[in-house]
Amino acid sequence: MIDKIVRDVATALEDVRDGSTVLVAGFGAAGQPDDLIEGLIEQGARDLTVVCNNAGSGRVGLARLMELGRVRKIVCSFPRSQGSVVFEELYKAGRLELEIVPQGTLAERMRAAGAGIPAFFTPTAAGTQLGRGKEVREFDGKPHVLEMALPGDVALVEAWEADRWGNLTHRRSGRNFNPVMATAAKLTVVQAQHIVELGAIEAERVATPGIFVDRVVHVTRGAPWA
Amino acid sequence: MQPWSRIQMAARAARDIPDGWYCNLGIGMPTLIADHIPDGREVVLHSENGILGMGPAPAKGEEDPWLVNAGKQPVTLHPGGSYFHHADSFAMIRGGHIDLCVLGAFEVAANGDIANWATSENDTAPAVGGAMDLAAGAKNLWALMEHTTKDGRPKLVERCGYPLTAMAAVNRVYTNLAVLDVTEAGFAVRDLAPGVTLDHLRSVTAASLRDAREAEAA
Repeated sequence: MIDKIVRDVATALEDVRDGSTVLVAGFGAAGQPDDLIEGLIEQGARDLTVVCNNAGSGRVGLARLMELGRVRKIVCSFPRSQGSVVFEELYKAGRLELEIVPQGTLAERMRAAGAGIPAFFTPTAAGTQLGRGKEVREFDGKPHVLEMALPGDVALVEAWEADRWGNLTHRRSGRNFNPVMATAAKLTVVQAQHIVELGAIEAERVATPGIFVDRVVHVTRGAPWA
Repeated sequence: MQPWSRIQMAARAARDIPDGWYCNLGIGMPTLIADHIPDGREVVLHSENGILGMGPAPAKGEEDPWLVNAGKQPVTLHPGGSYFHHADSFAMIRGGHIDLCVLGAFEVAANGDIANWATSENDTAPAVGGAMDLAAGAKNLWALMEHTTKDGRPKLVERCGYPLTAMAAVNRVYTNLAVLDVTEAGFAVRDLAPGVTLDHLRSVTAASLRDAREAEAA
């Protein structure tokens, strides 16, 4: 019998190793796996590379993980936003590596990783600072840069509903990076607001098929905080 | 001379969006366009975080934290709207399915180069978000921007000085003084704000301008 539901966050994250690349879903607060991020803070893994659209805000969650010195490098599209104080401090002090990736290239690099595509050419960032040092080829007379797949060791994913096979739904714009990151990591861990019976999610509604999911933990967080 | 206000600029751009277009409006002034789409015209708004058919901000007290736009502000969904994940959202952008993207800009060059994400080569941590994908991937890219900086320096130039967002991507510019097309031969003036003369426009533009107003009228 397949049962991917584990009893708590600590169990879900118990074997995350130092040096891991961790894909953290969410776009702002919507679809962000807050309980799993808290769990990662508790769990203790260090020297992490974190892939996330934003670089945290305030001093909680991702920002707290960074402030504790546990993140070596952050890969994101939008590091600076209102309240990204910890990022600013660490980056200024030279205590954090940063790789800025255009948002679509970020999503596509993970999609590629999940689909067995090691690299791809895209016109995004051609002729810009972010294209520098990358292999360039012309297609249809336009320059394209070579971008590498971005696989994770672990993906932290947020879901609205989950069943024991790991089939997921996501709520409204909370879907964002969740299904993509779920495909791209060796270990995909999900926090779900509702655990439902197998078959309760109609097949047409499944946004992330369970094949991409390894562990599910039930949380009752409610709405994302602003 | 009566330069257009931000609202008038947005309304002017909104009037030019054809029925049936799929559009992505950048953060800032371009989002004002959504409020000025002429009645009876169906324009489908796309948000990079996975929404098509995005509607206006909800009434106070009806905000849904699960339904936010690219600026993380609460929005609504029109009937017919849909949600999808980030790779699909950017497939729409990068795959040339979005008819129009409207972005703000620091500079636009006569060849259509756009700079809108970083103000210095030395800024090592600028936030790019989806700007490079949108600029490279949308079928049409319009810039909605003041004609000059606050201290009066031209923002329409021969060559961008700021780091580029994309090369040869912009095909129309709406400023507080004029509407211009970006053509093979550089900027072509389509319209001028009330009382703005071509001579004045030339004095605040660091690129050559061709008068294309008659061509449009003809």
